[in-house]
Amino acid sequence: MEKNEIIQKVNEFLIDEFEVDESKIKPDSNLKTDLGIDSLDFIDIAIIVEKTFKFKIKAEDLVNVITLDDFYDYIQANCN
Amino acid sequence: MRRVVITGIGIYSCIGTNLEEVRESLYNGKSGIYLETARKEMGFRSGLTGRVERPNLKGKIDRRMRVGMGEPAEFAYMSTIEALKIANLDQDYLDKGEVGILFGNDSVAQATIEGIDRIRETKDTTMLGSGSIFQSMNSTVTMNLSVMFKLKGINFTVSGACASGSHSIGLGYFLIMHGWQDTIICGGAQEINPLSMGAFDGLSAFSIRENEPEKASRPFDRDRDGLVPSGGAATVILEDLESALKRGAPILGEVIGYGFSSNGEHISQPNVDGPKRAIVMAMKQSQLKQKEVDYVNAHATSTPIGDMNEAKAIHEAFSNARPFVSSTKSMTGHECWMAGASEIVYSMIMMQNSFVAPNINFENPDEDSAKLNIASKTIDTQINCFLSNSFGFGGTNSSLIVQKYK
Repeated sequence: MEKNEIIQKVNEFLIDEFEVDESKIKPDSNLKTDLGIDSLDFIDIAIIVEKTFKFKIKAEDLVNVITLDDFYDYIQANCN
Repeated sequence: MRRVVITGIGIYSCIGTNLEEVRESLYNGKSGIYLETARKEMGFRSGLTGRVERPNLKGKIDRRMRVGMGEPAEFAYMSTIEALKIANLDQDYLDKGEVGILFGNDSVAQATIEGIDRIRETKDTTMLGSGSIFQSMNSTVTMNLSVMFKLKGINFTVSGACASGSHSIGLGYFLIMHGWQDTIICGGAQEINPLSMGAFDGLSAFSIRENEPEKASRPFDRDRDGLVPSGGAATVILEDLESALKRGAPILGEVIGYGFSSNGEHISQPNVDGPKRAIVMAMKQSQLKQKEVDYVNAHATSTPIGDMNEAKAIHEAFSNARPFVSSTKSMTGHECWMAGASEIVYSMIMMQNSFVAPNINFENPDEDSAKLNIASKTIDTQINCFLSNSFGFGGTNSSLIVQKYK
C-alpha cells in the first residue's frame, strides 16, 4: 500500500473515531503529547489497524513509534 | 448529629428523560410499558418491558470516557447531570471539594455477554478494545462518573438487589449525618436490554398480559400476574444542611429516616416481618407519628406474593394511620436496582408539586390491599412527608423517609 493511502486512512480514523483535532495532525506530531493518544487508545488503534491494514500490531513494536510519521512508516512496513 | 438534605434530583426513565417530562407522566398516570417483539424472538416468556432509549453522548463526553460506558453508566450520566444542575453544583465546586458517589447498579450483562461473544468469535482478547473492562464491571456507574466529574470523596457501588438505589441513599444519609462527608451523589441505575433480563424472565416472574402492555403492571390489583421489567437511572444529591445553606443551594427536602432489615428466609419470596421492621426502624429514627406520614411510595412490583406481604407490612406498621399509598411501578414497571432512587425522585416530584401519583390499573383490591388507602387516581394534596419502600432478592429491605425542609 502506498504511503499516501496509509496517511489518508490513519488520519481519517484519528479524526472520526478518536476525535483528534484535525489541525494537530502533522507528520511530526507526537502521538502521546500532541494528539493525546494514551495507552488505552493504542488498544483500540490496534483493532482498527488490524481491520484496515490486515496485520496485528505487537505492543513491543510500538516502542520506537513516537510521531505520526513513525506510525505511518510502521504500518507501511508491516502491511505490505 | 447533622441534618441531611436533598439539593438535587435527576431522572432518566421510561416515563420521561427529565424531571418535567416525568412530572407530567406521573400526574397523568402515563405508562412507559410496551411489548418488545425482539424478546419473544429470543425466547422470552414475556416481551413486556419499559422503553428507555440509550442517549447519544457523542459530543457531550469525550471518547476516552464514552467507550468505557455501557447502558447503565450512560443512563446514570444523564440523570446525574440533571441533578447537578438542579443542585447548582458546578465543576469548579466538584474540583475543590470532597464530593462522594454511591450508586446501586445491577448487572452489566450486555457488555459482558457481547465481550465474551467477541472473544469466542475472534479467539483474541485484544479485539474487545479498551472499553469492555470498564463497561462490564458492576461498579461501572461509580467508576465512570467519579472520573468524569473528578470526585474526591467516597466512591463505590452498593449491591443490595432491588433495594440498592434506596440503600445507596440510606448509606449516604448516615455518612453525612455522622460527619464523614458533606456531599454525596447517590442513586440507582438499571440496564434494560433483553440480555440483562433473560434470567429474571426465566423465573416466570413477569406479567404475560401482552395484549394490554400499559395494563400489565398493576400492583395491589386483584388480577395482577407479575412484574414488568424496566430500567434507566435516578440521581439524588445529599448534602449536609450547613454546607448546603452556606453555598446557597436549593433545599428540596430533608432525609429523616433510613430503616433496613433482612428477612432471613427465602431467596426470592418476601415476607411481612422484614419489610415491617425496616418501616418501623425508619419511623423510629424520624421520630414522626404515624399520622405525619402523608404518602407511602410502595415497593409493590405487581407480583401476587410480594404485593400481598407489603400490604400487610404497611397495614401493620401504620396501625394508627391511613397514609395515601401508591406504587409508581404501575407506570414505570420494576426499575429494579434503580427503583429505590427513582422512587425517591418520583415522590420528591409529588411533594414539590402537591399531588399523589396514581397507582394505575388498581381496579379491584384483594383482601390485603383493601385495607390500604391506595390512590387509584391522581390526588391533588399537600405532601409534607413521605416514606418509600424498596425490597430485594435475598430478603434485603430499605425504607427511607423524607420531609419538606422546615
